[in-house]
Amino acid sequence: MIERTDPWIPESYHIVKTWREIPDTFTMELKPTDGREIPRFASGQFNMLYVFGVGEIPVSISGDPSQRGILTHTTRAVGAVSRALCDLKEGAVVGVRGPYGSHWPVAEAMGKDVVIAAGGLGLAPLRSAVREIVAARERFGKVSVLYGARTVEDILFRRELEGWRARFDLDVYVTVDHADAAWRGSVGVVTRFVARAAFNPEQVVAMVCGPEVMMRYTARELEKCGVVDDAIYLSMERNMKCAVGLCGHCQFQQFFVCKDGPVFAYHRVKSLLAKGEI
Amino acid sequence: MDGEAILEYTDLSQLLSVLHGYGYTVIGPTLRDGAIVYDEVETLADFPVGYTDVQDAGTYRVARRTDDAVFGYTVGPHSYKQFLHPAVVSLWEATRTDGEMTIRTTPAPGAKYAFLGARSCELHALAVQDRVLYQGAYPDPVYAAVRESLFIVAVNCAHAGGTCFCVSMGTGPHATSGFDLSLTEVQGEGAHYFVVEVGSERGGEIFRQVPHRAANADESAAAERVVAEVAGQMGRTLDTDDLRDMLYRNLEHPRWEEIERRCLSCGNCTLVCPTCFCTTVNDVTDLSGQHAERVRTWDSCFTADFSYIHGGSVRASVRSRYRQWMTHKLASWIDQFGTAGCVGCGRCVTWCPVGIDITEEVRGIRLTDGALSGQP
Ligand SMILES: Cc1cc2nc3c(=O)[nH]c(=O)nc-3n(C[C@H](O)[C@H](O)[C@H](O)COP(=O)(O)OP(=O)(O)OC[C@H]3O[C@@H](n4cnc5c(N)ncnc54)[C@H](O)[C@@H]3O)c2cc1C
Ligand code: SF4
Ligand code: SF4
Ligand code: FES
Repeated sequence: MIERTDPWIPESYHIVKTWREIPDTFTMELKPTDGREIPRFASGQFNMLYVFGVGEIPVSISGDPSQRGILTHTTRAVGAVSRALCDLKEGAVVGVRGPYGSHWPVAEAMGKDVVIAAGGLGLAPLRSAVREIVAARERFGKVSVLYGARTVEDILFRRELEGWRARFDLDVYVTVDHADAAWRGSVGVVTRFVARAAFNPEQVVAMVCGPEVMMRYTARELEKCGVVDDAIYLSMERNMKCAVGLCGHCQFQQFFVCKDGPVFAYHRVKSLLAKGEI
Repeated sequence: MDGEAILEYTDLSQLLSVLHGYGYTVIGPTLRDGAIVYDEVETLADFPVGYTDVQDAGTYRVARRTDDAVFGYTVGPHSYKQFLHPAVVSLWEATRTDGEMTIRTTPAPGAKYAFLGARSCELHALAVQDRVLYQGAYPDPVYAAVRESLFIVAVNCAHAGGTCFCVSMGTGPHATSGFDLSLTEVQGEGAHYFVVEVGSERGGEIFRQVPHRAANADESAAAERVVAEVAGQMGRTLDTDDLRDMLYRNLEHPRWEEIERRCLSCGNCTLVCPTCFCTTVNDVTDLSGQHAERVRTWDSCFTADFSYIHGGSVRASVRSRYRQWMTHKLASWIDQFGTAGCVGCGRCVTWCPVGIDITEEVRGIRLTDGALSGQP
């Protein structure tokens, strides 16, 4: 019989470090238990993370693709598996399968302006892209990061955002939906920054990640500013049980989000997104 | 062996013994609880000799024939996917000791199957599942293990079922490839024999050990007549012209809401369909918490959990679930795998408790192509 690797088998990793970012969201750094390097990945790809005996969920890689020693994931505790994952302590073992899926068009964006728009936890998979861009900053035109969170307490990677804002070569806009008087930043939806960001609509690549409605409105706003729909990319979320095209769960009409996505050029999914319940 | 051969009705059991001699578990049609299902067969007596089935939307009934036909019925509620892609299977087992985790593929039972009596639609369904589970970037190991040792004896249908539409789908009734041996059952004027075609080297090797003789021109012609007649008896038809694009441009057609009023979202259609492949997994542990297992089970796009993401199901309405199922079969499957996901076997029509008929629903949409529902 032909020897094959079993696509259902996770690799064993240790949690090297884990910390709370915001009340319900944790970042963890992982290393293969056998000491190997982590597999090469591209910004925007995801892994299936398995908590022993509890279950397995898709989680984007939030770390820098040039770092081969450590795997970084940022997870929000929302249900059985994600909560169990966030509860794990340093030294605990986690199963990892991946990386899977398509990635952000960082290489295609070279020589162009870049708009990064994130809502809520959507900043996690985009952090990889921002880090990659910052590491080769001179190769890109104007770069804007637009970020919207629910409340001030929900602002993810706050220190890092401040670091990016302090740079002269990144335009960073942060807004929240609701805030008390102590917040001196913006209040309102992230889409309204699109028109304010500085970019040449004919020479720009936009990367958008967040709740589906947020992505739809942001894409529409970008189009209003003159950006064509094939220069806009978004990352789709669907239920996933296998991540390798076998279980059928992640289907989005003709697409399998796990292998054709999660990152899609907007023009490919635009009409489907407008229909709902696809 | 050149040309077609004749296997006498009385020698069919010889074929069974040779297959058993080669170590195959022979799976064939057998009568159980009022339906013709697939199970292990030992001798000719296990086959539903002299029986037929009567099928229509939402109904299935087994009846006596007036002759001794061995294969005088069409397909029942079972399909071969239960053997290649089991309804419940353990994928792997894991143990945890001192913070280390070891995960091993669960050993496969190692069954070596011979399918005896595979209809043309079944062979096409296998080819469809091959593309999905076997020929992609990540072949499924469970499917691969069974697939690679499979022996297939096809049977050309001598009778079309009330819900069959393989002619419309281009998947039958004549089995033209994908088998090791194929049989056409011929009866009349005291004769009862099978015209045999050899489809592979392995098929030839096995058949050489079964008593047979060369077919004469009349016998070959009789077999051809059987197949030609069946093609004209299809219980249903489906117009496949422009089908994919027609469905894609009608995702907001009012027919989906109308179907929603009838569909129970029970998932029967997905369970009986020979190509539906969706699964879910369950991760479980034993009491000690040190041993874990991942168990895979069939799933259905008709359940609310299927499309659940934090906050709710993507497909909350029944209309969107039926639309997903039907447009997957007849439209998106073509983009995904280069072939339709429907082989026209009619099972979903027969086994739907309320008799929803995929061919009728397509007709209904086509009739008012472009109509828009008021719903968002
Ligand atoms: C490509 C991709 C990347 C993701 N990246 C991240 C990330 O970086 N950080 C993060 O916190 N979350 C991410 N998610 C969402 C994360 O997978 C879900 O929050 C998680 O599956 C919830 O599982 P649970 O068991 O904790 O919750 P429950 O609500 O108990 O979920 C039950 C089951 O439903 C499914 N499910 C529920 N919500 C989702 C969802 N949103 N997406 C897919 N399946 C779901 C899962 O199979 C889960 O096991 C991503 C999802 C996808 C598809
Ligand atoms: S969709 Fe219905 S007719 Fe088509 S292959 Fe599946 S069960 Fe058979
Ligand atoms: S179409 Fe029929 S079989 Fe399928 S889910 Fe609806 S009621 Fe059940
Ligand atoms: S997650 Fe299983 S097919 Fe995409």
